[in-house]
Amino acid sequence: MSEPAAIPAYVPPKARSLFEPHRLVLMAIFAVMIFCIAWFMRWDWIPQYSGKLVSGIGETLLMLFATTIVGFFFAVPIGLVQVTGPKPLAWLSLVFCTVIRGTPLLLQLWLLYYGLGSLFAQYPEIRQSFLWPYLRQAWPYGFAALTISFAAYEGEVMRGAFAGVPRGELEAAQAFGMSRFKMFWRIWLPRAVHRALPTLNGETVLQLKSTPLIATITVVDVFGVISRVRQDTYLTYEPLLLLALIYLCLTGLLILGFRTLENRIPSRGA
Amino acid sequence: MAAASQSVFDLLAYDAPGWGGVMLGGFYMSLKLAFGGYFLGLAIGIGGACGKLYGGPLIRDLMEIYTTLIRAVPDLVLMLLLYYAGTDALSQLLALMGYGAVDINALMAGIFVIGAVQGAYSTEVLRGAIKAVPVGQIEAARAYGMSPLMVLRRVTLPAMLPHAIPGLANLWMIATKDTALLAVIGLSELTLVTRQAAGSTKAYMLFFLAAGALYLALTLVSNVVIRLIEKRARRGLVRTA
Repeated sequence: MSEPAAIPAYVPPKARSLFEPHRLVLMAIFAVMIFCIAWFMRWDWIPQYSGKLVSGIGETLLMLFATTIVGFFFAVPIGLVQVTGPKPLAWLSLVFCTVIRGTPLLLQLWLLYYGLGSLFAQYPEIRQSFLWPYLRQAWPYGFAALTISFAAYEGEVMRGAFAGVPRGELEAAQAFGMSRFKMFWRIWLPRAVHRALPTLNGETVLQLKSTPLIATITVVDVFGVISRVRQDTYLTYEPLLLLALIYLCLTGLLILGFRTLENRIPSRGA
Repeated sequence: MAAASQSVFDLLAYDAPGWGGVMLGGFYMSLKLAFGGYFLGLAIGIGGACGKLYGGPLIRDLMEIYTTLIRAVPDLVLMLLLYYAGTDALSQLLALMGYGAVDINALMAGIFVIGAVQGAYSTEVLRGAIKAVPVGQIEAARAYGMSPLMVLRRVTLPAMLPHAIPGLANLWMIATKDTALLAVIGLSELTLVTRQAAGSTKAYMLFFLAAGALYLALTLVSNVVIRLIEKRARRGLVRTA
């Protein structure tokens, strides 16, 4: 049997070349700018702080992944009860989403850290409990605030995703005699996550961009390290430029990672 | 108990021993920042979207770089960078022009910072909305002999509005919440004022909850207004879903 003639694959309209004249000029200008930044600005502080910077990036990433994963686990029930009811729970989670999404994250963070922190300190029961050594630190409050915020934004996304799963698929699952739990676990949740995946990825990037806020309550993430550098060296621009570059790279890596993940999940071509 | 709670809420009184007036002042500042930044961002967005859609190759590339950079770096970092760079550049410019050292208005700097960040996002929203306008309508306007600006004013912008409003409403919500980030720079808007009030009275919970209520009220009122605007913008359109 002869090979069937290969159907030419669909070639999307070619992206414009990187080497058009105006792009070459632009690249030259940016190269000169980067050279000037590297040459004329002060970068001698980097070796001294490189260890701290790396651990700061680690802290940022740890916060990002911990809060998105835990937040997602909260988001699933928050989204689900808004679709299925019972009414009081649905109403409660709607109020939760509205309140959290309607107030700035920085305010929530400071409310938890300064407000709850000072409240906890008033009760000797809490001061003597085993939790106190943790509650005296800043990161649990940062973690809590970021998790709550992610859960609220994601709960809204998951509500839409759960509601958007075609009824026929759920009815088919019922017709197969699946129990409600199995139906949820095998059909409803995977389909909803699949639908929500692009939004989830976008929200994770947004979450990365919210993590620097925890530096304002003395958690030493990469933003905190850079603030420290700025205080020590009296430099204004150099640390901030490096910080912007670091976040640029992190965002790029995150997007790249999600793109490969999304490509691995089979979906009917649309 | 009643007397004690009475005295706690006295802290929110409008006049001097209470902090209510200061907080409302901060809220007013936040509102000005949000409005100014949002509309500056909208202006940048209209320019950016037109540049991306109709501009030459150079302008398109520059716009792409602008939106990509702004959207990839945290708002807080951008705000710090733009705040220092913007005020520095302006004061040096003024010094060159011979005005000497000038104190730059914090409100203007804050509006500039929020507007520059919002501009990138609204560029994307408006670009998508303009692309949703049927080409035939724009061609018809051109066939009538309208100048490009008139096409924009009479056809493209009004026709894209229903498509843009959900995105723009979202951006307004982000703008109101982004003003809180300016507290880190030291602009005395609601969040920073709240922290000062809470720090000096030690009634942290009370003040942060009060500020939260103000922000929430702003969000809820905005929601109502946005719904009205959306209803008006969509009049005459076939309802979908």
